[in-house]
Amino acid sequence: MSLPSSDAAIPPLPRAKAPRGRRSMFLRRPFFTVALIVAAAYVLAATFAPHVAPFDPVKQDFMAMMQGPSLVHPLGTDSYGQDILSRVIYGARYALIIGIFSVLIGAAGGLVIGLAAGLSGGWLEWALMRLIDSILALPSLILAVAFIAILGQGVDKVVVAVGLSMIGPFARTVRADVMQVRVQLFIEAAQLMSIPYLRVVWRHVLPNVIFPLAVQVTIRVSEAILVSSSLSFLGIGVTPPTPDWGLMIAEGRDFVSFAPWMSAMPGFALALLLIALSIVGDGIREEFDPKLRRGA
Amino acid sequence: MNDMTSHPVTTQDAAEPILRLEGLTVHRGAAKILDRVSLSLGRGETLALVGESGAGKSTIATALMRLLDGARVEGRAELDGAGDLLALPERRMVRLRGSRLSMIFQDAGSALNPSYTVGRQLTTTLRRTLGLSRAEARAKAVELFTSVGINDPDGRMSAFPHQLSGGMQQRVMVAIALAGNPDLLLADEPTSALDVTIQAQIVRLILAQTRARGASCIFVLHDLALASQSCDRIVVLYAGQVVESGPSREVLERSRHPYTRQLKSCVLEIGSKDLTAPEGTVPPHSEMPVGCRFATRCPRALPRCAGEAPPLVPARDDATGPLDHQFACWNPE
Amino acid sequence: MLRQALGKIAQTLVVLFFVSVASFGLLKLAPGDPIQIMLGSEYSQESYEQLTAQLGLDQPFLAQYADWALRFVQGDWGTSYVARTDIYTYAFKEALPVTLTLASFSLAFAILIGVPLGVISAVKKDTAFDAGSAVLALTGTAFPSFLLGILLIWFFAVKLQLFPVMGYISPWQDFWGGIYHMILPGLTLSTYFIAMITRLTRATLIEVMEQPYIAAARARGEPSWRVIWVHGVRNIAMPLVTILGLQLGTLLQGTVLTETVFNLPGIGQMLTSAVLGREYMVVQAGVMMTATLFIGVNLLVDLSYPFLDPRLRARK
Repeated sequence: MSLPSSDAAIPPLPRAKAPRGRRSMFLRRPFFTVALIVAAAYVLAATFAPHVAPFDPVKQDFMAMMQGPSLVHPLGTDSYGQDILSRVIYGARYALIIGIFSVLIGAAGGLVIGLAAGLSGGWLEWALMRLIDSILALPSLILAVAFIAILGQGVDKVVVAVGLSMIGPFARTVRADVMQVRVQLFIEAAQLMSIPYLRVVWRHVLPNVIFPLAVQVTIRVSEAILVSSSLSFLGIGVTPPTPDWGLMIAEGRDFVSFAPWMSAMPGFALALLLIALSIVGDGIREEFDPKLRRGA
Repeated sequence: MNDMTSHPVTTQDAAEPILRLEGLTVHRGAAKILDRVSLSLGRGETLALVGESGAGKSTIATALMRLLDGARVEGRAELDGAGDLLALPERRMVRLRGSRLSMIFQDAGSALNPSYTVGRQLTTTLRRTLGLSRAEARAKAVELFTSVGINDPDGRMSAFPHQLSGGMQQRVMVAIALAGNPDLLLADEPTSALDVTIQAQIVRLILAQTRARGASCIFVLHDLALASQSCDRIVVLYAGQVVESGPSREVLERSRHPYTRQLKSCVLEIGSKDLTAPEGTVPPHSEMPVGCRFATRCPRALPRCAGEAPPLVPARDDATGPLDHQFACWNPE
Repeated sequence: MLRQALGKIAQTLVVLFFVSVASFGLLKLAPGDPIQIMLGSEYSQESYEQLTAQLGLDQPFLAQYADWALRFVQGDWGTSYVARTDIYTYAFKEALPVTLTLASFSLAFAILIGVPLGVISAVKKDTAFDAGSAVLALTGTAFPSFLLGILLIWFFAVKLQLFPVMGYISPWQDFWGGIYHMILPGLTLSTYFIAMITRLTRATLIEVMEQPYIAAARARGEPSWRVIWVHGVRNIAMPLVTILGLQLGTLLQGTVLTETVFNLPGIGQMLTSAVLGREYMVVQAGVMMTATLFIGVNLLVDLSYPFLDPRLRARK
């Protein structure tokens, strides 16, 4: 084979273009950059919550119940006299922790099921596919509600329930990626060279699956946050007095006619984070998703 | 075809031409896709626009239909009795399309809406352009389908485009284009998507139908041989400019422009019906030479050609004076 | 085509079987002893065993499943321990219609607003209108619906007092009253779908409008409204229906939240109170109904393709 010479015959790719594109991603996508800064601010607020928050988020002050926004309480207080700003800041902690950990659980579960479905073949693959189909037949919130019914309430339970409910979509994408790798010849070639099966998976399949999976993880964090705060809003997620946004919105709902800030403040905190994360997610997907890039 | 080739001398002595196109220029962004294209077409005449792909042939047809989106169009296109097509308000243009002038597209397979039956696409056109009732339109549609050579016209009415062969689809397109009895038919490479065996059939069909209706037709073709066989006149385009025009036989047998000659020799050499491009490539719009645009590929180029653009001038016969045959070249054959 | 359809139906039935096994398993996984819950705090060993046998809980798993599935299909969904009502009546006859009313109302809203918005954005591509609707669409897809609902209540019901704060009137009994009570919940739930449909309509229509058959329609003198609405929009039906089918899950989970915001007695409220009351059989009923709805609608979407796109019909 004349590999070296054929290599030379291929016209050089416009190499200067790729690095320049990468470097200016923040300039090319101003929305993305702003959204990323907003998301980063949430992460910082969550990390340094004890230093940033003016009050103890669960300190009740019955002398200062349901006060509107003021200098002392910039976002007002709730029906227990708890400072809403402090609760919103601590709420970012819970939102991000629950979002990130549940997505990781979902991704891990999806990876296992998706790999198994993609690599097994035969009736096992068929059965696993129908299993994925049936998980996908339920919207993630309904699934999470079902898991909560079994597990009970609390932060850890919410993480597990939301994580389990997200396995379906992850499994589907992982399987699709595995199928794509599987049809590529190199796996067969590796098998012909009698390299142990697990090593083929480790060396050839995983790398092709992990990267798209990582992109998915970043995109789906916002979905996990939405589902977890929905659970809390329904009153079956985390339990009071945890400063969870969903819970705070639900608590304020009954007072919406005379203390609308109680729901609105944590609500806007949640909405802003979700919007920022979805812009960041779209940007990451458009920039790194091999499927979208091929189409473009 | 009567004896058009030895047709006398001066320009159309016939009645008022059906279309007179003057200085058609089309800009798209910084590029000038068409540069001062002028031509005129008599009633009942057929004209072929010939050239390589990218020469701007199809752009002329689309510009006349006013279907060019995102381009700047200059010039005049006088359609007899309707005024300047390029300046009419869109409302009046909509009424002209399909009734006074209509267009046959390159690939009938994608120019027919996949979601509607071919019968419906034809009858809606009939009902709008001729004001027919539902039943009349259906009868007329069956008649049109028969005349364009569709067998089982009644049954085909309820067929969807994808259920027909390429040739049948193009026949449907022809029927739709003829539906409003247009004076001017624009056929944009109507056979390029078809098998070679069917190509001639379709061209003959379009010609026969336009002649039978006394309509005029502009054919966009890239096959010089086919153009000279089928059309009365030929206009040769190169890089958005007319380089030679005249009666078919005149242009083919006494071509003056080196580019026309090259087009011709390509056909002769290869002996195929398809035109293969001459050596070299058309310069990109950004690097268009100031002089003759063909100079970079021309075997007869003079020093003058690079710097000065040749005007379109009539050929002269020593005995009779100027002929109905124009070319743009400093060093004609 | 018939073979394909039968294949689809068979596949759907298998998925339904899996879902039913899973939701039956849910009951088994649930903590706590259902017999104990049913008997209350004081019971004898004898009555415990008697009830266990009576409910078939001493049988192997598969036998129990078969027994349960048979009864489920017949509409015997068990009794709510706490409410002491028949779950079939409670879930299927009372809660489901509320959810379906809200869902179909929102869907109609979303299509009636989203498609025209998307069409206008596509036709006026790259104008201020297009940019504005893009921003709205992005916000709409990311904004949590329950927050939106509260804001709508605060503004329209509390401030302007135009609409009722909450509550449900069946449009089957009082049509206009039902519609009136559905406007705010419908708007809340449909915002996400308006945004999504706008984006999808815009993207697909822009692609369709570049097709030669659009130019051909213009060339034969079709007026521009016909070119857009008859020739363009007709050809985006299939991607639109596909996405709507796939997004039905999102719609259903949206109803759960919206029902809570507006105090509508649908599946959402039923599920929430069931979780709080540890009524696993009610949760099970909710899960089964949602999944069956989702699977059923997507089967319908699959079966509708040949009607939406003639190219998918068998060639003559």
